Amino acid sequence: MCVSDNPSATLPSDAPGRFGPYGGRYVPEALVAALDELDREYQAAVADPAFSTELDGLLKSYTGRPTPVTEAARFGAEAAAGARVLLKREDLNHTGSHKINNVLGQALLTKRIGKKRVIAETGAGQHGVATATAAALMGLECVIYMGEEDTRRQALNVARMELLGATVVPVSTGSRTLKDAINEALRDWVTNVDTTNYVFGTVAGPHPFPTLVRDLQRIIGVEARQQVLELTGKLPNAVAACVGGGSNAIGIFHAFIDDADVALYGFEAGGDGVETGRHAATISAGTPGVLHGARSYLLQDEYGQTIESHSISAGLDYPGVGPEHSWLRDSGRAHYRSVTDAEAMEAFRLLCRTEGIIPAIESAHALAGARHLGAELGPDAVILVNLSGRGDKDVDTAARWFGLLEGDAP
Amino acid sequence: MTTLAVFEKARAEGRAALVGYLPAGYPTADGAIDALKAMIDAGVDVVEVGLPYSDPLMDGPVIQAAVEAALRQGINTRDVLRTVEAVASTGAPVLVMSYWNPIDRYGVDAFTRDLAAAGGAGAITPDLIPDEAGEWLPAARRHDLDTVFLVAPSSTDERVAFTADACRGFVYAASTMGVTGTREQVGDAAAGLVERTRRVTDLPVAVGLGVSNAAQAAQVAGFADGVIVGSAFVRPLLEADDAAAGARAVAAVAADLAQGVRQR
Repeated sequence: MCVSDNPSATLPSDAPGRFGPYGGRYVPEALVAALDELDREYQAAVADPAFSTELDGLLKSYTGRPTPVTEAARFGAEAAAGARVLLKREDLNHTGSHKINNVLGQALLTKRIGKKRVIAETGAGQHGVATATAAALMGLECVIYMGEEDTRRQALNVARMELLGATVVPVSTGSRTLKDAINEALRDWVTNVDTTNYVFGTVAGPHPFPTLVRDLQRIIGVEARQQVLELTGKLPNAVAACVGGGSNAIGIFHAFIDDADVALYGFEAGGDGVETGRHAATISAGTPGVLHGARSYLLQDEYGQTIESHSISAGLDYPGVGPEHSWLRDSGRAHYRSVTDAEAMEAFRLLCRTEGIIPAIESAHALAGARHLGAELGPDAVILVNLSGRGDKDVDTAARWFGLLEGDAP
Repeated sequence: MTTLAVFEKARAEGRAALVGYLPAGYPTADGAIDALKAMIDAGVDVVEVGLPYSDPLMDGPVIQAAVEAALRQGINTRDVLRTVEAVASTGAPVLVMSYWNPIDRYGVDAFTRDLAAAGGAGAITPDLIPDEAGEWLPAARRHDLDTVFLVAPSSTDERVAFTADACRGFVYAASTMGVTGTREQVGDAAAGLVERTRRVTDLPVAVGLGVSNAAQAAQVAGFADGVIVGSAFVRPLLEADDAAAGARAVAAVAADLAQGVRQR
């Protein structure tokens, strides 16, 4: 925290929470004390061996880590131009996605701080389910904010959260999706900050969330790097992940950042196609600005009003992105591309048929990206894909897309 | 008259200043201008013109409803500056209340230049803390604009001092932890926060969030230099049958509150 007596003082360039020009803390003053407290408690926890012992124990005995890397030989041969495709199986985590990695850490932090209530936003419901799960495990009151549109798209996850004892609040303002759920959660936090910790779900938001969530998700890449080395004797040529807010992507990218020969690819939700304007391709088609407490790329109009995003995937349907991704993009270390709904659903279908794995539609964007990478890099390439979640929650959406429900046209 | 001079005049009269908020563009651009002028005629000393924003995370349902409606009608930053210009012609200090991204997107230099040219007195920035105001503060000073930041009950003494130091015009003390909207009671934390703020600055300290009637205004005027009212002005506009009725209702609320700030 840079507090100076000089009102025109600028933040030093190495300010915590800055990624190049991105990140920072664009929040109401009322939240600063809580963000400082969270940051302090996190630094203390990192330095406390008891914290990492407890977290590591939960990740092993409760979540099921380490998650395996699966060679997707048929998918590679039939769908990715013969490239060797390896899947990091975050879908096999308890609760069905990588979100639990972050949530267990933040729930333990909540207990350290001594707060009894947690709130969270959710898009697809994965983060909400993970938060409700951790809250049940640790005896915390839990309120989840979810866009009304998303409660409809992901009704099963709403039921899961309620079964776990959480209260789900549908948000009917704005676009009624993830962005508005975050606004409402922030309003709750400003009001109840004395008793409540905000368990933020992705690597966006004000400092310390982008760093905190990244550090808690970093285990994905740390494990995967070692697993790929053991399996293939070398590092992968490319790492592919879907990017909404970007937590699973940062999680798998981070351990590879110093490996200059490993190309990093983030695949954003192209919706109906970037050219149609109906998409969620924030880095591919957005501009830098401030949303939800951080400077980063975002979808905005010429007056700085947020533009509503569109994606078949509720978890990627967000007009912002984590600030570290913006910096990885500008610095050229990672590349960001978009994948349309149709491409993602085709990859979804192909993985089901070739590997017997039903992926989350979010993760299917990374699979679609890997298909393009296979064609570009050729059959000698090894492509590591973060299979960030499983598709149980998406069966209804997929069944409609493929016309499998009674009454649907085939 | 400058914002500071208006506060000093009120102080000389033995009362608190009354600060009123309405968003630009609601019910229409002209309707908002009429309501803002009616507010001034009825006794509001300083006005805040809200810049409608798609993600108003410090605002409760009343203000959200009005700004969403204004945005649906296509109100933009240029319209807001035209609103400032029209209202500033009354002579009352006019501050823009804006979340940071619309100013950032317009361009900090361009925004401060155009706000000053429109006769605006300055801006209140609810989601910009001085820590992030490295570009904003020098630009605002260059154009002689007030910079009003918020202090909150949760602010440490160190942060109250840091924030007050970056303010010009007045310091905005949030009465309670929460978002905008009328409340039964003004938070107990408000008086303590005003006292802590006064210890570190000579600037006037105005209290906002939750004040809606003359009795609350009188209570706040007992310990603060200014009383800031928003949702209580917006609600009658939302409920009015037409713009003229809305402006009359706003004037009635203003007259009531103007009595309140004189009853401390």
